[in-house]
Formats: sequence, C-alpha cells, structure tokens
Amino acid sequence: MRFRNLQELIEVCNKESKTISQIMLEDQAEESGQSVAEITAVMAEYYQIMKTAVHKGLTEEITSTSGLTGGDAKRVEEYRRSGQPSAGDIACQAMAYALAVSEVNASMGRIVATPTAGSCGIIPGVFVSAQERFGWDDDHLVRGLFSAGAIGYVIANNSFISGAEGGCQAEIGSAIGMAAGAMVELRGGTPEQAVHAVGLALKNTLGLICDPVGGLVEIPCIVRNGFGAVNALAAADMALAGVRSAIPSDEVIDVMLEVGTAMPSRHRETAQGGLAQTPTGRKIMKELRARKK
Amino acid sequence: MRFKNVFSIIGPAMIGPSSSHTAGAVRIGRFARQLLGEMPGEAKICFYGSFAETFKGHGTDLAVVGGILDYPTDDERIRHSLQNAEDMGVELQFSTGVAPGAHPNTVKIVLSAGEKRSEVIGASIGGGTIMIRNIDGFEAKCSGELPTLVIAHADRQGVLAGITALFSRENVNIGFIITDRKGRTAEALTMVEADSAIPENLIKAISALPHVSRISSIHLT
Repeated sequence: MRFRNLQELIEVCNKESKTISQIMLEDQAEESGQSVAEITAVMAEYYQIMKTAVHKGLTEEITSTSGLTGGDAKRVEEYRRSGQPSAGDIACQAMAYALAVSEVNASMGRIVATPTAGSCGIIPGVFVSAQERFGWDDDHLVRGLFSAGAIGYVIANNSFISGAEGGCQAEIGSAIGMAAGAMVELRGGTPEQAVHAVGLALKNTLGLICDPVGGLVEIPCIVRNGFGAVNALAAADMALAGVRSAIPSDEVIDVMLEVGTAMPSRHRETAQGGLAQTPTGRKIMKELRARKK
Repeated sequence: MRFKNVFSIIGPAMIGPSSSHTAGAVRIGRFARQLLGEMPGEAKICFYGSFAETFKGHGTDLAVVGGILDYPTDDERIRHSLQNAEDMGVELQFSTGVAPGAHPNTVKIVLSAGEKRSEVIGASIGGGTIMIRNIDGFEAKCSGELPTLVIAHADRQGVLAGITALFSRENVNIGFIITDRKGRTAEALTMVEADSAIPENLIKAISALPHVSRISSIHLT
C-alpha cells in the first residue's frame, strides 16, 4: 500500500487526483496480484450479503442464539413508519438497518465483518439507507466499501480493531469512522473532508469499553451499532459542512491506541467488568450458565 | 503491518456473532486441519484468555470445530459443527488454560489421525484475521491469507536453497519465509507464504528433496 496513515492517503489522492476508493482499489490489486475486476466482484458480493442481512433483520422474526435479544430492529422500523422519530426519518432508518444486521449476527446468521462482527451493523446501516434515499446504484456503494476499507486499514495498523485488544472504541469506534469517511466520499466530499470525518467520529468514542453481558455480542453491542450509524451520519455532515478535526485524525488514532493499551483487561471483552458485572448482567450470565448444563 | 489488505478490514463474509471469536476461530481450526491434511480422529482444543472466558457464548467451540471440518467462515453448517463432528466420528476434547503474555484470543489445537499428529497455536487478532504463532512446537508467523506450505525437514545445509530454487523454477514468488529448528542439525520447520497458488508439482518436487520429511499445503479463503 502507498499509505500508512491518513495524511499519506490524502497526499496520494491529491497527487493523482483520485478518490480514496480508487487508491484503495489500485493498491489492493497491486498487493494481491488480482485484477481490479476480480477484487470489485468480491466486494460486490459482500455488499449483497449486507443488503440481504438488512432485509432479513427487518422482515423475519430474529432471536439470538441465547434468546436474550431480537426484534428491536423491527420495533424501530415500525416506529419510524408510524410516527415522527425524534432523530428524524433518515437517522432513524439508518439506526433500524444497523440494528437489523447486528441482530442477524447475534442469531449466527450470515454477515460481513466491517471491520468486525461486533460492529457489522454500522456500515450496512449507513450505506443501505443512503442508497435508498439518494437512489445510488450498487457500484457506487461498492466503491464506498473500498473507501471505508482504506480508512479501516489505517486504523487497524496504527491502533486496533478488536474489543479484546482495545475495547469497544476499537470496534464500534472504527466502524463509525469508516462509515463517516466513506459517506463523505459517496456524497462528493474531498479526501480531506473524509479524513476529518474520521477524526471527528473517533473522538466521540474514545474510551468506550468492551463489556458484553455474558461475553455475548448482544448487550450492549447491538444498540451500539444503532447509535453508531446515527453518529456516522452526524460526523459525515459535520465534515461536509466544513468542520475540521482540530486534532489531526492520525493523532486521534494514536490516542485510541494509548487509551486501549491502558484499558484494564476486565474492560476488554472478557465480560469481567462494566455492564457485564452489574447485578443484572451477572444474573443474566448465571442464568445462561445454568441453562448450558 | 498486521493487516495487509482491504479484505482483512471489509470481510470476511461470515457466520456471526464475533469476527475474533467465530470467524478467526474457524480459520485457526481450518489451518490445523489443513496442516494435518486429513480428517482427524481426535481433536484437543485448549482456549486461553478472552477465548477461555467467553468461548461458549460466542460459539467459539462450534467455530473451531467447523474449521477442523474444513468449513469456510460463512458456512451455515458451523452452527451444527459439534454434532457433525460427532457423526463423522471425530472425538472432541475441550479445555481452558492460562498463558501469560499470550494474545487474549489464543487457542491451541492438537489434531491426530492414526500416527499423524499436528499442533497449532494461533491468535485471532481482530476482524477475523489470525496469526499462527506455533506449529508442532516450532515458532511460526503466518496469517493463512496467502497460499502457504509448511515443510518439516532436518536442519541440513542446502535444504532452504533447494526449496527456494524449486519455487523460483515454478515462477512462484515467495512473500514470506520463516525457519525454526530444535537445535543444530536437529528437526526444523520452514513455512513459506507464496504470492500465487502453489501448484501440485511444486509440492511434489519439494517433498522429494533430501531431508524433507513432511509437507502440508494450506490455503484459507
């Protein structure tokens, strides 16, 4: 790859007058030895899996394998259609779609990790709802996935993308940053604006711990995907409006590494702290264990 | 760079619920299976760190066994892998252990089929990406993303030259290579990651080299 951080990514884009997704596609072809067409076909298939998961989560009765969660995506979608959502129709739709994919994930359904399964709802939530709103063809969204992937590639190599290593900020936070930056590009913003969206988004999730009840990717992971989709839209809007991340996005990524490294193990996906160890969290865990025996 | 390409960030397509605990676990299981080269009669699986704490809830046990049955990460049979393994006569044994300093999502898999045995220690480092740390007691460093050969041989002068010459002859570029040995002139293990598919005749030619005792071809999708 010709970039190791977001500043280098902007420089390559500007030098060649290309978008982030074009650079990612070219560099991936170079790295893998595969043609642009082959790589695009893989990503196009991934996008179809995302759309299928959105549809499934909104239309089928989904219950997680533990039985703890399911049905919230449908609840939010029905509420959106029947009333006047406080966050507005668009944000509420992205939220419902993100919840849908996360619920499919928790039911051991088929999804695409973006960047992880715990955060798999945010990018489809933002992308599929935006596609419906703006009437974009699938190819446009597939390009957007390469743009999201370039941003995630930088975050993953300079910080982390797993809750076990860096807490929820590394999963949900990264996904929001990726979705926000990609959304800026999808809507015609510049690479600089896209990168500012990443920094703005990441700053809002710094320090978020990974504390899944019973160790399951359900509580609070699913609702955090719903919130994440809304925050990605907010970050994209700020950047498109000209708001800049005063602390450069690469430095924000370094902070994520610093904070995640300092995070105690009990707040990094071990279910030994946070929400998992509340009285109710412990009660749920006990019930799950009793059921397994 | 721990993450080498866009599909380690967007992807894999997988069965939920966790890329580290499910998809990554499938891949480590599959690595162990392809290292053994056949269906095992017995599989011993030991979880460490976060894996040990939460493997039941994430279906990490289903995932590792799915991998041992050679399922890809998005195969819906993963949900039923324990039953499927039992139906195929694979004896499973699960345990948990403590490994100070290891990555939080680490698993050790020991497979055997008759006299044949293979052992893998791997970590799931995020987003479904894995890092194999140890193969049959030898240090390793491998993601399984590229076509990989694992070659057991004796530590003798010229073995590596023989292997690399054959790769060159078949026009297959080596992306990464690592060798570890038990001691001078003792057993050694070389792991080669290639930039393109490794043809059958190259594998045959390497296994015919002097001092090469065993070879496994691994390719995770």
